Amino acid sequence: MLKLLGLIKPFRASLAVVVVLALAQSLANLYLPRLMADIVDHGIVPGDTRQILAIGGLMLVVAVIGTICAVAGSYFSSLIATGFGRIVRGRIFDRVAHFSVHQFDHFSTASLITRTTNDTTQVQSVLIMMLGMVITAPMMAIGGVALSLSQDVRLARVLIAVIPVLALVFFLIMRKAVPLFQVMQVKIDRLNLVLDEGLTGVRVIRAFDRGAHESRRFDAANLDLTGTAISVNRLVALLMPAMFFMMNLTSVSIIWFGAVRIDAGQMHVGAMMASLQYAIQILFAVFMVTAVFVTLPRAAASAERINEVLDVVPDVNDPAQPKAPGATRGHVEFQDVTFQYPGAEEPALSAVSFSARPGEVTAIIGGTGSGKSTLAGLIPRFYDVNAGRVLVDGVDVREMPQEDLRARIGYVPQKAVLFSGTISSNIRFGRETASDEEMQHAATVAQAAEFIDRMPDGYASPVSQGGTNLSGGQKQRLSIARALARRAEIYVFDDSFSALDFATDAKLRAALKQETTAATVFIVSQRIGTVMGADRIIVLDDGRVAGIGTHAELLASCAVYKEIVESQASLEEVA
Amino acid sequence: MSTERTALKQQAPPQSMFGRGPMGGLGIPVQKAKDFKGTLRRLTGYLQPHRPALIVVLVAGVVATLFSVIGPKMLGMATTKIFEGYLRRTLGRSNAGIDFAYVGNILSWLLVLYVISAAFQYLQQYLMSNIAQKTVYAIRRQVEAKFGRLPLKFFDSRTHGEILSRAVNDLDNISSTLQQNLTQLISSVLSVIGIIIMMLTISWILTIVVVLTLPLSVLLVARIAKRSQAFFIRQQKALGELNGHVAEMYSGHAIVTAFGHEERAVARFNGLNDNYYEGAWRAQFATGMMFPIMMFIGNLGYVAVAVIGGYLVTGRAITIGDVQAFIQYSRQFSMPITQLSSMANTIQLTIASAERVFELLDEPEEPADAPSAGAIAAPRGEVRIDHVTFSYKPEVPLIEDMTIEVASGRTVAIVGPTGAGKTTLVNLLMRFYDVSGGAIRVDGVDIRELRRGGLRRMFGMVLQDTWLFSGSIRDNIAYGREDAGEDAIVRAAKAAQADHFIRTLPENYGTLINEEATNLSQGQKQLLTIARAFLADPAILILDEATSSVDTRTEVLIQDAMATLMKNRTTFVIAHRLSTIRNADLILMMEHGRIVETGTHQELLAAHGRYADLYQSQFAGKLLQEVEASS
Repeated sequence: MLKLLGLIKPFRASLAVVVVLALAQSLANLYLPRLMADIVDHGIVPGDTRQILAIGGLMLVVAVIGTICAVAGSYFSSLIATGFGRIVRGRIFDRVAHFSVHQFDHFSTASLITRTTNDTTQVQSVLIMMLGMVITAPMMAIGGVALSLSQDVRLARVLIAVIPVLALVFFLIMRKAVPLFQVMQVKIDRLNLVLDEGLTGVRVIRAFDRGAHESRRFDAANLDLTGTAISVNRLVALLMPAMFFMMNLTSVSIIWFGAVRIDAGQMHVGAMMASLQYAIQILFAVFMVTAVFVTLPRAAASAERINEVLDVVPDVNDPAQPKAPGATRGHVEFQDVTFQYPGAEEPALSAVSFSARPGEVTAIIGGTGSGKSTLAGLIPRFYDVNAGRVLVDGVDVREMPQEDLRARIGYVPQKAVLFSGTISSNIRFGRETASDEEMQHAATVAQAAEFIDRMPDGYASPVSQGGTNLSGGQKQRLSIARALARRAEIYVFDDSFSALDFATDAKLRAALKQETTAATVFIVSQRIGTVMGADRIIVLDDGRVAGIGTHAELLASCAVYKEIVESQASLEEVA
Repeated sequence: MSTERTALKQQAPPQSMFGRGPMGGLGIPVQKAKDFKGTLRRLTGYLQPHRPALIVVLVAGVVATLFSVIGPKMLGMATTKIFEGYLRRTLGRSNAGIDFAYVGNILSWLLVLYVISAAFQYLQQYLMSNIAQKTVYAIRRQVEAKFGRLPLKFFDSRTHGEILSRAVNDLDNISSTLQQNLTQLISSVLSVIGIIIMMLTISWILTIVVVLTLPLSVLLVARIAKRSQAFFIRQQKALGELNGHVAEMYSGHAIVTAFGHEERAVARFNGLNDNYYEGAWRAQFATGMMFPIMMFIGNLGYVAVAVIGGYLVTGRAITIGDVQAFIQYSRQFSMPITQLSSMANTIQLTIASAERVFELLDEPEEPADAPSAGAIAAPRGEVRIDHVTFSYKPEVPLIEDMTIEVASGRTVAIVGPTGAGKTTLVNLLMRFYDVSGGAIRVDGVDIRELRRGGLRRMFGMVLQDTWLFSGSIRDNIAYGREDAGEDAIVRAAKAAQADHFIRTLPENYGTLINEEATNLSQGQKQLLTIARAFLADPAILILDEATSSVDTRTEVLIQDAMATLMKNRTTFVIAHRLSTIRNADLILMMEHGRIVETGTHQELLAAHGRYADLYQSQFAGKLLQEVEASS
């Protein structure tokens, strides 16, 4: 929390202003009872109505000043807190945007979104409360005690004794309640999980006729939550009566001890009445502060989650002295590449070597966890190798600016991701300067032109967030068109044809073949049909190269490959 | 699914332990209920069973408020006595001084009153937590039970988030309002009335002064709230855009990286962030201004009471203690008023939430199973689709007069491009939807004459979108049959080729599947659902051949497992593999949600229809590859 608050530095000046304003406001509020005491002692007792009016006028002025200070303070606090939120949010987003793909995967997408939005808001709102109350309250408390000390030392002792007791009562109740609140949150999550599973699995639950079972599961979670909620609320129910009782007890004591002091001629009645009001103001301030402190653990947890993001140092960085790539275009070479995910026991890729030239199609096939996608991800430098080198156009990818490297690559992921906008903005995501013809050409090759033309607004048709208004196959074709619009030297298709039916798949590959004659193409796939036409097939098995060659060569020499082929089709289909 | 859940949490207002705070509801635009009265009445209906406790809550509220409202007046009486004693002493009229017996007596009584008030206040809250939570428990239970009775159509036509939001967020609103605002409402109203009465017993002039500050503060607050509404709307809108951008960029992170769009994403984010900031600080300032302004008006009343009270005391119209009491009353007066005004919004919000929940509870349900409905004891798995007509929307006919006969143990392949609506048939067979004409018969019995549960138990379903729940692998497999022993579970896993990978997991069959099942691959999940089907041992199978995300080796396992599973069972398979299609006893060719052709592979090829086209295009693709491969 404190670490994060370091980001508040740019607001130091406004912060100082807020403190001064809070001080002025507290003093004004505390000064009012004092003036009222004067009305009693100097106006009422001698029966001087002009004094009463004069002091009354002064009170009005003080009240106005106090209000102006409070409003101004709230103005600056708003600027500071929301400005602070803006900085934190901006920092997180900037950091996350520069995460390497692996670092990103370390957190889940949902959790990163929560950290950027929710957690920041949480911290921001606690900051507002702190600026509003935590600064004012101690001043109220100290000022109030000081003023009542100046009225009468003995009576002030009552106040000084009550404050810590009050804080302690509050603290004790909350110390028990806060963990219970956390338990309750866990149970709420549990209940929501059961509910959520019931909704996603509604078909399965009904298919297996397990509705009653699900209801029992839900009821158990529901009952559990209800029990905890009741005990939490019963505990919290103690809070308000206890606080008010303490306040009232203080009032009674002040009147009693005040009477004693007055009787001894050591105090005026007005002073006693003022003390009574100080007491209420002070206790209220203490009450507010403790309330803020209760919300602190939540904000601290949010701050912690934010820090976790900010503490990650991007591990894929641009070189200090970038090298210019050689004259060759689209040449990709892996030299003895070994890659291991941080924290993994086994390397995902070991000693992989091959090279690919423009005009060639290199296919990568293998089982799950065999390292296919990892290999594909090393080309655009989603990760950095642990040993060996990945060369693009003769230069180690680590020695090139990332932007330069990626400008050469058209990447199509396994899961098509589109952005809200239009069809054309999505295709032009690949290259913003693409002309209309180039864009339409890319769509045609990707077999997307047909369905785009059928849309009412053609290329201007809207794409909703995540492309939810398109089918899986349409999204995948647009994702391919996006890469093609880039007119890259190197294309990486990471299992990108899976959502297409076989007719479209075949047509698309035929069109691609013509389009990418000058480019170096990598195709990651699970399907023999997709890879069998490649110039070079790399068969991966547990991160190692089990064989490299053409379909025919591998069929003859590579056992792993043969096994895959046999699993997928009857012999007549392959031959 | 978890993304959706997180998104939900984001929509929910940040809750604090003290409800929404005194200013919480002000200024924020509120969604209003369509039928406020009706919904309120229905909601109060849920409180009926707690009537005795509620009466105690009410009585406790009255006692607690009354006793605490009397306090300042009694303190004032004590002060007056002290003052009189002081005057006597200073004016030298007597040496009697302060009447401590009287003051002590009053203060002791006061202490007793305060203790009672606190006790009753606690009692009120204590009882209320029970009432509120049990009420919400009951509603939640009803909602869940309702889910069990709603037709699939309901779930298919709404987003997940939409449904969950009612069951989670809206119920949350109801819960916290019942817990906090109901008692607050009682005590606030009672306080206002009590304070006014107490003030009137002291001085009507001062009462008018204090009460007059009320419309003033209401007026000012309403003005600020109205003006700040625009800022709140702007803030909400900007926040929506900001969150949308964040969600989008994060879910597309790899693509943003691959296409070098990081800086553009950051630039756009900064623009949106600035935009949000502009709205946010203004909205925040508007809210922040309310408190000082209300405080100022309170102080105005305070000064007026001090000055006018001072005059009245010098004129012997009231006593000094009365002025003190008045000052305390005027201070106390503003709190319940503020609470009431913010509560007005909260209550509207809650009623709107309750209305959404009730709407859900009022959704039309699946017709219940007929009392005479039975089950087939030993199903053979003969399926007859008898002149069936069906459509999701009346204006878009899908299946018209379809008749298919599937003998026991035969295989039907459902073929067609993605999105051709192959699941429609599954929906009908399992009676997730009812046919609009004709009948589907299993072993000669119309499925509508069977208990739904009994019908569905005859089917085994292995879909591509595998559904596993958070729990152990063992429990997930046993989902197919509750009473299954360990042996049966392991046998099913072995038959499904899942035993091997399960044994490589750290806790074997006891391994917990986490919320998103990220510790299993797609293929492994599929094997588990096959194991589940094995254990259930159904007469009829519905299979969905995987197209993607499964590696070749696992796919071999899946294929083997499916083949074993299909033996001696009537099978409907959503097919993607040519070999499966060719070997099927019957092919249903689907397009745009309709069944366009039916027949065997040979028959359909000979018909030169859509199936033949599809087959040719695939065949052509193969030819092309062969040419490439040999060149």
